[in-house]
Formats: sequence, structure tokens, C-alpha cells
Amino acid sequence: MNEFFTQAILIATVASGIRLAVPLLLASLGETFGQRSGVLNLGVDGIMLLGAFGGYYTVLKTDSVWLGLLTGIGIGIILGLVSAVISVTLKAEQGISGIGIYLFGLGMSDLLFQKLVGTPRPVSSFPKLDIPGLSDIPILGEMLFQHSMIVYVAFGLVPVSMYIINRTTFGMNIRAVGENPEAADSLGVSVVRTRYLTVTIGGTLAGIAGAALAIDLGIFQQNLTNAQGFIAIALVYFGAWRPAGVMGGALLYGFVNSLVLQFKTLGIIPRSWSDIAAMAPAIITILALVLVARRFRQPAALTKPFTRGA
Amino acid sequence: MATAETNRRSRPKFVAYLVPLAAVVVALGIGAIMLGLLGASPIEGFRAMLKGAFGSSDALIETALKATPLLFVGVGITIAFRANVINIGGEGQMVAGALLATAIALALPDLPAVVMLPTVLVAGIVGGAAWGAVPGALKAYYNVNEILSTIMLNVVAVQLMNYLLRGPMIDPGELERGTRIPQTARLQEGADLPLLFGGGRLHIGPLVAVLAAIGAYILLWRTPLGYRVRAVGLSPDAARYAGISVKRTIVLAMTMSGAMSGLAGAVLVFGSESHRMVTDGSTVGFTGSAGFNGIVAALFGGLHPLWTIPASFMFGGLLVGGIALQRAVQVPSALIMALNGLVVVFVVASDRWKKRLQEQPVHLDDVAPNPPPPRETVVDGGGGP
Repeated sequence: MNEFFTQAILIATVASGIRLAVPLLLASLGETFGQRSGVLNLGVDGIMLLGAFGGYYTVLKTDSVWLGLLTGIGIGIILGLVSAVISVTLKAEQGISGIGIYLFGLGMSDLLFQKLVGTPRPVSSFPKLDIPGLSDIPILGEMLFQHSMIVYVAFGLVPVSMYIINRTTFGMNIRAVGENPEAADSLGVSVVRTRYLTVTIGGTLAGIAGAALAIDLGIFQQNLTNAQGFIAIALVYFGAWRPAGVMGGALLYGFVNSLVLQFKTLGIIPRSWSDIAAMAPAIITILALVLVARRFRQPAALTKPFTRGA
Repeated sequence: MATAETNRRSRPKFVAYLVPLAAVVVALGIGAIMLGLLGASPIEGFRAMLKGAFGSSDALIETALKATPLLFVGVGITIAFRANVINIGGEGQMVAGALLATAIALALPDLPAVVMLPTVLVAGIVGGAAWGAVPGALKAYYNVNEILSTIMLNVVAVQLMNYLLRGPMIDPGELERGTRIPQTARLQEGADLPLLFGGGRLHIGPLVAVLAAIGAYILLWRTPLGYRVRAVGLSPDAARYAGISVKRTIVLAMTMSGAMSGLAGAVLVFGSESHRMVTDGSTVGFTGSAGFNGIVAALFGGLHPLWTIPASFMFGGLLVGGIALQRAVQVPSALIMALNGLVVVFVVASDRWKKRLQEQPVHLDDVAPNPPPPRETVVDGGGGP
């Protein structure tokens, strides 16, 4: 245990926690938009997986991580739109239709990988970007300001999301549609258009999250996300539908995961216990849900499709 | 309510039941395009699919076996949905039931066969019930969204399975040989599910599942408990007004739902060809996604336990046929998973159109009993808001 409390390892653990939080943060910020407008998209993990494969494959072919991210965005937009058609226009039961998208993404990403790539080949990862000045601060600089671009982008999206949701007309529409779609509709806010936009934003960020995950690891494999998309959905509840809360949850997750990894590497947790340790995030989430459910209320129209005059 | 039932007679009900079938056809149509893109012949593929699912007595047996966990889970889902609880935790509940049943079989190897089989099946029921009761109680008493808690418990269950099968429950032979395949030893023969018609593969599992469906039908429409479950699902306020404990009923419905999935898990283990519990590290590896597909079977069956029987059989055929298709035209098996997802999406998305044709309340939040219920209705019992 003592070997854990050295400065180098503590810094590395925090830094890697921040890095591990990034895909979760991106995906759950996106999901926050959808849920605030009343749509639960359970297909995040499937979209992430396809975004991950798309991102990986593009980097493999072009060697450009930015084109890889762009592919993730494109896939996310398409699948976000598809999700919107399913849950907003077709009004499918949101608790189940997303499972279908998940299974589709899980199978399709694996199928494409086997057909187009076959044997796993590593690709180049994001270049590191030290923030001039800030990265030289002892300890803190190493923890916070020596990451890749995508890390700064992800955390930068937190205030942006807060601003959009709380301070813009679009954000007000989102909240109105999520709380009382009938009232919003009677005031001329298009429930359908608002929800299409939020679900597409959610899909886009899930696609980026997947691409970021694959490119960060530099690999793709079957079920690469390992249910991170589902964790991301739970983080939205954990964060009580607020971007800052969601960020807190994603960071907590990142730190727990990076601690478990570090403990395993240092042999503090025996190898046979790694499966038990892997339960920690899910159990923490359930406990957190109990606490959050006591203090916060979910958007009133969450999971309820809107039909005018119904 | 009663008048709505009579008005609805004007339109033949089978039209509504064609909707999910049409949804499957559309999904398979997309599958055909995917096959084409993969350079395989869709016609050849679908011919192999039909033949593999329904073309011979062996195929039919395979389909029945594949349908068995779907039927168990689907029946459980029906019970939960009737109480207006969305149980996405079938996967975890199957694993929990299978683990407890397997652990009992390993711990008590000397039980006589007569006692052994019922014991392990009950253990499966108990394991699944416990895994279902937790999210039920969290929803009822702590207002925790059951979709999330069941998904999280799926994750916990798979890690528990991996831990137990790689560690405490691993076949000692695997350790001796150093191969360390995460699986148990061959379980006690007394716990093997008895085979029907002598030799073949067909065991009593499908029969038990059909009995469970009939049991669930009786429970839901012929017992006070079932009445309470449906009352809570239709209107919690009215049910509360009628003196029904809504919270306890939600927990009970989730417990029964989990019990069904747990039984599915136990039947998977003791009816498997290897008669051991094996993990490949994922839930899907053990359940074959039956915990999710059972939901679709239940929707197919209009959330009615008896209609879920043919629905599961059809869906089982689809899955067995999918494997035959994949072998015949030589495409990766991941295609089946993708197609499976498409079927789920299209069936769920078509559900509302089906309900519209039935002229029923359209959201699952207010599903009315699907084939007409017996005389008593909730509104009568509830006495209005």
C-alpha cells in the first residue's frame, strides 16, 4: 500500500482518472440534453461502439486522429437522428428501443471490424498538448494541463452545456418540453423539433465519445466500451440532470477506475479479485441513485412521448 | 372500460397482430441488404434460415430449446409490465438464478436425483427473485428508476459470474491442467433436465416454460394477487384508494419477474449439452441476450402470458434460423447480433401502431389488458380517483 503514496504515482492516478472520465463525460453530457427534453436514449452504448469503430477505422486508413473524430461525429449525427425518429416520431417505448440500438451497435461494430480489419492493429493516438505556462505548475500542471486536446474539449463542453441549457432560448425550450410538453406546445414551442435536436446532440456526443475512446486507446475490439454507455446514462441521473453534476460523476468514475487499475498494477488488489473490483462502479452508481432520487426530481415528461391533444 | 371492449370488436384483432410481423419482415429486409453488401446471397441465406428454424424435427427441437429462456423471461416481463415496471434486468436475473442453482448443485453433490432437480430449479427461482426484488424495492421505497438499477445489476451479475467461475466455482480439473477455462465441473447427473422422447436433445425445459406461462396467466387473471398487480399497473392512485399496498405489489411483481428469469438461467445450465456453467466473460455469452429478447417476445405476445408462448417460439426460430443463415452464407456471427438489434427496434417501434389499431390506450404506462380481461376491472375496484 505504501508504494501507492508516492508523488509520481498519485499524480499519474489523478491524471489517468481525468483521461478515463472523458468518454463518459462526453456521452453523458449529450444524454443530459436528451433527458432534459424528456427523451431517454438507452442506445448510447451502441452509438459509442459504432463511433469507436468508425473513428478507429478512419485513423487506421488515414492516420489522422482529427478525421477519426470527424467520422465519430458523422456516425453520431446519423444514429442520433435515427434514435429521434424511433423515440419521437414513432413514439417507441424508450426503455426498450434503446436496447435494440445497443444490440445493433454491438453486433454491427464487431461485424465491420471482422470484415474490414480482421486482426487488431494499433493506430496512432491523440498527440499530447501541454498548455503553455499552466503545464509548468508543479504537481497540478502534470495532473491537469498535460493532456490531449480531446480532454480539454470534453471539459470545455461542460460550461458550454450549462450556458445553452440555462441561458439560451433553445435551453429554455428544452427544459419546457421536458417538464410540460403540452404547455410548451401551446406557447408555440415545437416539441418535436426540440426533441429531434436534443437527441441528435446526444447521438453526436456519444459518437465523439466512442471515437475518443478508441483513438485514445489506439485500438478497437469487440465490445470496446464495456457498458460505458450505460454508465453514462446513469451519470445523468447521478448528476441530477445538470452538466456540472454530470462532470462530477464522470470524474468520480474516472478516479475509481484509475485507482482500481493502479491497485492492480501495484498488486494491492490480487488478480483474482479484479472481477469483484470491477463491480464497484455499478454498485456505487446504484447507491448514488438512491441518494439522488431522494433529493432531486427527474424531468416530469421523461420517457413520455408527446402526442398533441392526447 | 366495458364499453371500450365492446366497441373494439368492430375491427378484427388479427390485423393488429400483423404489425409486429411486418416489423420483423422490415428488419429482415434490411438484413437482406446487409447480406448483399457482405457479398452473400440473401435468398440462399433466408432459405437456410427457414430450414434451420422450422425445416426438420431437429430444427423444431432446436427452436423450442432456444425459445425456452425467451418464454420464461417474457412471462416474467409480462408480470412486471402489468404492474407498470420496466424490467430490463432479465440478463442479470438469469445469471443470478443460474449461479445460485449451480452453487447449490456443486455444494450438495450427494442429494438423490428426486430431490436434486427440484432443489436446483428452486434455487434458480430464488436467485433470480432476489436479483429482481432489489430493483423492485429500490423503485418502491426509494423512487430509483428501475431501468437504471436493473441495467447496473446486470453489470454486477456478470462480474459476479466471472469472479465465481474463474475462482471459487471453477472446475478443479481446469486448475490441475492449468488451462483455467472459466467453467464449473460437470454438474451432478441428478440435476440434468430429463429428456423427452428418449435420446434426442429435447428436455423438459420447454414444457416447464409453457406451464409457467399458464401459471402466470392464472396468477394475473384468476387470483387476488394478480388483480392487485394489474390494478397497480393501470392506476396506482386508484389501487391505493382501494386499499392495495402499491409499494409491496411493485416489489412482488419484480420478484416474480426475476424468479422467472432466474428459472430461465437454471434451465440453461442444467439443460445445456455440457451440463456445466461456462462464461466467456460477457453476459451475452451465457444468456444469448435472452434477457433482452424475452422482452421483445413479451411485446410480440401483447404482454399476455399465453400469447407469449407462440411469440417466443417464433422468436426462437428467428434466432436459430439466424445461426443457420450465418453458417450457410459464411458471414461473421456478429451479423446475428446486429439483426437481433434491428428486430428489437422495429418491433418496439411498431408497438404503438399495433395499439392504435387495437384502439387502446397507447403508452405502456397505461397498457390495458390485451385480450379482454374477465368481468372485474380496475376502475370498478378502484372506485374512481
